[in-house]
Amino acid sequence: MSPSTQAMQKDDSQNPAMLWVQDGEALWNRAVGKSEKSCAGCHGAAPAAMRGVAARYPAYDAAAQRPVNLAGRINLCRTRHQQAEPLAAESQELLGIEAYVAFQSRGLPIVVATDPALAPLRERGRKFYQQRIGQLDLACAQCHDDNAGKRLGGSVIPQAHPTGYPIYRLEWQGMGSLQRRLRNCLTGVRAESFPFGAQELVELELYLFARAAGMLIETPAVRP
Amino acid sequence: MGPGSSAFAQAPPPPLPYVVADDGIPEPLTGAPGDAVRGRAIVANRQAGLCLLCHSGPIPEERFQGTLAPDLGGAGSRWSAAQLRLRLVDGRQLNPTTIMPSYYRVQGLVRVGAAWQARTLLTAQQIEDVVAYLLTLRAPRQ
Ligand code: HEC
Ligand code: HEC
Repeated sequence: MSPSTQAMQKDDSQNPAMLWVQDGEALWNRAVGKSEKSCAGCHGAAPAAMRGVAARYPAYDAAAQRPVNLAGRINLCRTRHQQAEPLAAESQELLGIEAYVAFQSRGLPIVVATDPALAPLRERGRKFYQQRIGQLDLACAQCHDDNAGKRLGGSVIPQAHPTGYPIYRLEWQGMGSLQRRLRNCLTGVRAESFPFGAQELVELELYLFARAAGMLIETPAVRP
Repeated sequence: MGPGSSAFAQAPPPPLPYVVADDGIPEPLTGAPGDAVRGRAIVANRQAGLCLLCHSGPIPEERFQGTLAPDLGGAGSRWSAAQLRLRLVDGRQLNPTTIMPSYYRVQGLVRVGAAWQARTLLTAQQIEDVVAYLLTLRAPRQ
């Protein structure tokens, strides 16, 4: 990352993603759905209740029998507890709440959840990460493990750490989730992508978080 | 038109057969000779050749060239047409772990996006054009 992008991320008054965090705070406190409850109505104040949550996600949801990322959990809370419609993937509202929740873990190290139900799913994520895919026949690992730091055209290949999401990306002129990023890399190698929320993408997230164990959450990050 | 809408158009004909001898493909893939000017345009184009995403090369008007692969300058002094042809068609046959895509192969690929299924990255004629261009890249004499 260039020094100017880093500076933008570091200074909250310059970081455009802080606008989403502020929106998220308002949404956290807004009553919605048939329950007429806000997130705060169940959880209380986010700085205490949500501290560390993003650092240990995705998690296994026993009732749904599938892994859920943070956005998935937020939507499960909406449907199960607030009796509200789920928020659309990549909508301003969902990115706002997600950014606000993840922001409460800023500076905390990523912890690998020990839930045994997650282990085989994480392993599937690892296998996918190492599998050559798409018309270009490239694996995530070939760029992000073997060639990180080199230039692919004009872009420096990063190490694919999920520490900063949702991020503000200058190229997008807006905010986006980790799954948006993963879908970009999938179509980059001309592979068939997965829809937002697909289990395959959550499995990849599980692996990426395990791979980044101990690294500090930096949400909301800025990327070029 | 959505990105996938061309996927249901008629699939292109499968790649033509070719014969590998030593570490090359001696016979051209097509009857028409390669055109170096067209080849240069393919190499420079980030949607067609994609070469400059990984390689650098003597194409000064293209900024932001990659650093994942050797410079293409002098490739025509290092390799014969036959050798260049195989490296483009399917370099995996020489180096199974290379990151360089096989530009003329449709077999053995996983989860190819609908818009690209059963399509080679370049056509036989484009391969010949790129070979012709690479052959013009001579190392300066010592
Ligand atoms: C051909 C090289 C290439 C392949 C293959 C690739 N990526 Fe990427 N990836 C990039 C580049 C380059 C970036 C930096 C952003 C950009 O320029 O698009 C990036 C960015 C990322 C990021 C963002 C990291 C950050 O700091 O925010 C993640 C996460 C990621 N990739 C994951 C993956 C996964 C998972 C796969 C496989 C499904 C994959 N990538 C395949 C080149 C690649
Ligand atoms: C995703 C990365 C990538 C792309 C795209 C790519 N290459 Fe390569 N290429 C490589 C790498 C890495 C090597 C080094 C040898 C190896 O890995 O087998 C290589 C080797 C070569 C060589 C032989 C090396 C030498 O000594 O000169 C030639 C010629 C070549 N590539 C031409 C091309 C052309 C022309 C294109 C586009 C039509 C292209 N490459 C696209 C990665 C790439």
